[in-house]
Amino acid sequence: MIAQALEGDRDAFRVLVERHSRAVFRLAFRITGNESDAEDVVQESFLRAWRQLHRYEARAGFGTWMYRIASNYALDLVRARRRRSSEEIVEGTLAFASDGPLPDRLAFSGEVRRRLETVMATLTPQERLAFTLRHMEGQSIEEIGAVLGTAANATKNSIFRAVQKLRKGLGPAVGATQ
Amino acid sequence: MSHLSEEQLVLHYYADGESYAAVETHLSECEICRLQFETLRSELDAIESPVPERGPEYGAEVWRRLEARLPERRVRARFSWLPVWAPAAAVAALVVMAFLAGNWYERNKAPKEIARGGGRVAERILVIAVGDHLDRSQMVLAEIANANPGGGLVDISEERQLAHDLLGENRLYRQTATRTGDAGVASVLDDLERVLVEIANSPDRVSSAEFQVIRNRIESQGLLFKVRVMGSRLRANPPPPAAPSKVL
Repeated sequence: MIAQALEGDRDAFRVLVERHSRAVFRLAFRITGNESDAEDVVQESFLRAWRQLHRYEARAGFGTWMYRIASNYALDLVRARRRRSSEEIVEGTLAFASDGPLPDRLAFSGEVRRRLETVMATLTPQERLAFTLRHMEGQSIEEIGAVLGTAANATKNSIFRAVQKLRKGLGPAVGATQ
Repeated sequence: MSHLSEEQLVLHYYADGESYAAVETHLSECEICRLQFETLRSELDAIESPVPERGPEYGAEVWRRLEARLPERRVRARFSWLPVWAPAAAVAALVVMAFLAGNWYERNKAPKEIARGGGRVAERILVIAVGDHLDRSQMVLAEIANANPGGGLVDISEERQLAHDLLGENRLYRQTATRTGDAGVASVLDDLERVLVEIANSPDRVSSAEFQVIRNRIESQGLLFKVRVMGSRLRANPPPPAAPSKVL
């Protein structure tokens, strides 16, 4: 399919787009935190993929390659947005599960969500992406390593550092949600 | 008995540790580690990520929006012995020749004919061609300006190839703009040419530091902005279409 797309076959590329769009959107939303940016990331990532198909190496899956393109672009967007407004807090990227009564849960989740985003902002792009892929997407260490371009130990380290920072930054509030 | 480290507990939570069974055994025997693990688990379990749903038709919607934006892929088959920039340079050369021929014709026949049509048409074609050239150049500059180089070597082979393709056209258009006295266009094309030369003569893979030098060059000259503005100006104010010619 990819070989056909490389030859300029749009139908082949269309199959790839249709197959991977939802996964790319999910990842983009988790990184950017809003639907509009996530949609931009989806469009721009496939456009870049089409232009750069000759760089694709078959040893990584096409999905992994798309994750790499999409995550780079999404992180660029987040960085640009932070530069534009350093105080802007993105909501919706991550949230806490809670079994509490609905009004409390809403009030609490808003507060915790803000705290969580503040802590997430302190992670390096690599830590943030590694944690998102492992925790939210359930990707394996090998798959994450392929996206980040890191070896297994470095990938595990990124996840660990992310968890450490999140725990330290969130403190006991997290445990209270359960 | 030595206790498990936080790192071992995190790895165990994600089942990424190398000795899952051994850690399980330890947790069943050590209350301190078990408590720590349960705290960790409750904290991590609490983090969830709601994502807006996208239905099964989403891929088709993405494709509909994307399709019109996809440029043609350049597949080299026949005439592969020609350099890849040859067709673009040939078209650029034809446009420039048409423009110069139109100007010459206008200058030499003006007393006898109101034949501004030939010159106007050629000028219009040239403006459209330069606008298109600036659009494509802008894409190369934007790719570099917005790229995330990370560490290690950065692959700029595609941008390098595109810059190489654009360089021949750029020279022709710059010389033409200089000859016809359009100093604004000539100046932007001159700045653009310097950066295109730098990109075209770079290796396919450059270090992050070398990449940053190219990017700084683009940013320090405000080149992307100039190219964008000039492209918009040419698109917005093309020369008026030719009036029907009258022979006196």
